[in-house]
Amino acid sequence: MSKYRNLVIGTALASALLAGPALAGEYGLGRTATPEEIAAWNLDVSPDGTGLPDGSGSVEQGETLFVERCAVCHGEFAEGVGRWPKLAGGEGTLDRADPVKTVGSYWPYLSTAWDYIHRSMPFGNAQTLTADETYAITAYILYSNFLVDSDFVLSDENFLDVEMPNADGFIVDDREKVEFPKFIREPCMEDCKDSVEITMHASVLDVTPGTETDEEAAAAQQDAAPQDEAKAEPEPAAPAGPDPELVAAGEKVFRQCKACHMIGDGAKNRVGPHLNGVLGRTVGSVDGFRYSRTMAEMGEDGKVWDAESLGTFLENPRDYVSRTKMAFRGLSDAADREAVIAYLSTFE
Amino acid sequence: MTDQSGSSTTRRGFLQAGLAAGGAVATAGAARAAGDPLITEVQPWARFTGVGVDAVPYGLPIKFEDDVIRRNVPWLTAETMSSVNFTPIHALDGTITPQGCAFERHHSGAIELRKEDYRLMINGLVDRPLVFTYADLERFPRENHVYFLECAANSGMEWAGAQLNGAQFTHGMIHNMEYSGVPLRTLLEEAGLDAAGTLKDKWIYVEGADASSNGRSIPMDKALDDVLVAFKANGEALRKEHGYPVRLVVPGWEGNMWVKWLRRVEVMDGPVESREETSKYTDTLADGTSRKWTWEMDAKSVITSPSPQSPITHGPGPLVITGLAWSGRGAIERVDVSTDGGMTWRTARLAAPGQDKAVSRFYLDVDWDGSELLLQSRAMDSLGYVQPTKDALRAIRGENSIYHNNGIQTWWVKPNGEAENVEVS
Ligand code: HEC
Ligand code: HEC
Repeated sequence: MSKYRNLVIGTALASALLAGPALAGEYGLGRTATPEEIAAWNLDVSPDGTGLPDGSGSVEQGETLFVERCAVCHGEFAEGVGRWPKLAGGEGTLDRADPVKTVGSYWPYLSTAWDYIHRSMPFGNAQTLTADETYAITAYILYSNFLVDSDFVLSDENFLDVEMPNADGFIVDDREKVEFPKFIREPCMEDCKDSVEITMHASVLDVTPGTETDEEAAAAQQDAAPQDEAKAEPEPAAPAGPDPELVAAGEKVFRQCKACHMIGDGAKNRVGPHLNGVLGRTVGSVDGFRYSRTMAEMGEDGKVWDAESLGTFLENPRDYVSRTKMAFRGLSDAADREAVIAYLSTFE
Repeated sequence: MTDQSGSSTTRRGFLQAGLAAGGAVATAGAARAAGDPLITEVQPWARFTGVGVDAVPYGLPIKFEDDVIRRNVPWLTAETMSSVNFTPIHALDGTITPQGCAFERHHSGAIELRKEDYRLMINGLVDRPLVFTYADLERFPRENHVYFLECAANSGMEWAGAQLNGAQFTHGMIHNMEYSGVPLRTLLEEAGLDAAGTLKDKWIYVEGADASSNGRSIPMDKALDDVLVAFKANGEALRKEHGYPVRLVVPGWEGNMWVKWLRRVEVMDGPVESREETSKYTDTLADGTSRKWTWEMDAKSVITSPSPQSPITHGPGPLVITGLAWSGRGAIERVDVSTDGGMTWRTARLAAPGQDKAVSRFYLDVDWDGSELLLQSRAMDSLGYVQPTKDALRAIRGENSIYHNNGIQTWWVKPNGEAENVEVS
């Protein structure tokens, strides 16, 4: 909760020093947690509202925040993009084939949504929403599920008044009662059925990944090729493009970027801008992407990405571009940076 | 889940390789008449020296085993930080899963947290809220236990029917390790539970330090029973993908509760009903109501070889049928194997007596006549619970449960030794 996080930073260390060893435990190990430390970590919110901080936010404020911080993955109306989770819709589908489970159709408690969004979202930049922002976004998700009106304001005071449609949709595990009588029994050993037919083959669907993923097979081939060449020809001509081995390694490193960046055919902006042709591209220049002010200004000053500046940026994004929106800790390993830049350079 | 991005050619290629290996047996036979050159001729490894003791300070498996790896199913999730991969159980034996190929499931990727930066907080209804460092944890009396961890979604893709061809993919969200750690009970008592009053109706909430902030509620009974705060697995530090430096071990209960990078344990009056115990890890029944708090993993087994990724390559004659069995409610008592799709059963040999909430290895040594097999295994645990068929489960739960699919698996082994995931009547 940013509201008292500032306070925590100021006092935690001082009080930790004062706290001293805990008394009374059998082993006398550990030390007493300070109130500030507990406040910093004890954020969970229970169905009865325990743990909710004071605050409020409107559907309208929530919409702006959601479009800016959540919609790349969850869609502007929380309907979900591609395989990213849907947060709205699905009412009336729980008893059908392939039910659509969303905050509106499935979640029994609103506290769960508030708590999860506050602690775990946005994906890749968690624990950055204030209490008021979380109220606003939660209100907007309720609105997207047609559970509140557009002028609704959610706060700690009216929180428990919101009715969740599937609140009564859950029963406590009853396997012992329902299933044990059937499954605790003497197993049949002979003549257990008259005949056996195959009723379904996995090969019909054929969704099993290859035993060696194509990607790895390709990398293995690339591994082998240059060596063979080297044997045949002691001084090979300098390769025209980047080293394929390095590119393959870079593709692996790029997995760390994929949550936010697309690259290749049809790449779109997501949490971060698409990265096609980023080498030689003016900094902060992809149309329709809302950059941080710092990055946009670097572009306006004519700064262009090259291998060197990318390397510095990727080592520590926040050092190179102060207040960048790229919430990524950076690549501390120079080899990873070199590899990923080689990989990026293969996309026009 | 009907996106068909998997490729069949690679698998076919793989099977051909397997069958070619069968051919190799024949060639070796021909060579044997004149004397097998591997025996009659001095081989390089019998002549030159190998590498020295300083070459590999920490070893990986030999390169010939480089296909024994975790694999993922790319079409399952939008990206790989909130995703899962699978243990290559088809290629392993014994019961202990090596850490390096034990499956991973993350909600925000595997983080790197140094021991020096590690803190564990115990708060809530305790007498003294405490903070432990990693060094503190090492000073409490320690225990060692072998337990399996199974993701509740293991075999979850198979509810609507046979989908994935390979024990790794159908049953690979499991591993079995020996943990060293401190009983959670010890730590809770160190913080003092008098403030909690009657313990019977109390809960704990456990939470990880990663960006997913994965948290689960556990009833106090279980917390004080066998839950472990573990820092070693199979004798060495946990791998980062399994929660280095400290994870929770919740024996017999679904893997999501084994919180990695454990940073906080809160004693509470009731469950938090967090996202992972409402939106996820609840089992929707046919009528649309959902079971919650389905923590225990029921008895289950699978034949790991022969199986689609481990075809028979040696032709008729002696054949080892082997697999794994486990139960979250006790020890494995017995495993039966059927080669005719469940009409008749034979009791397999357990490699060792079943251990509480740990994986058992079973073997059935047969003389294969080269005809097709419909292979099944059926586990029975110390409760007397007998692993049900998938249809028996569907009759009770429908097909939308996602989680807790412990139904009997069938592999159709063809006369050429290839195996396929099928369902039978
Ligand atoms: C980069 C993509 C991304 C962004 C941006 C993002 N999310 Fe998510 N969201 C995810 C992923 C991935 C998951 C599933 C995580 C998991 O499996 O643990 C998720 C899960 C959720 C869920 C739970 C869904 C369910 O059915 O259990 C909610 C609610 C949610 N996000 C809300 C938000 C909100 C609100 C924001 C903006 C503040 C946001 N997300 C931003 C990717 C994203
Ligand atoms: C958590 C999301 C996230 C991750 C992970 C991430 N980025 Fe970014 N990236 C962004 C955002 C947001 C921006 C825009 C930054 C700004 O406006 O300050 C950005 C900007 C960039 C830019 C500048 C683009 C331009 O148009 O000027 C490059 C290059 C880049 N990222 C590369 C990478 C690489 C390479 C990785 C992986 C090693 C990576 N990013 C990981 C979110 C991310």
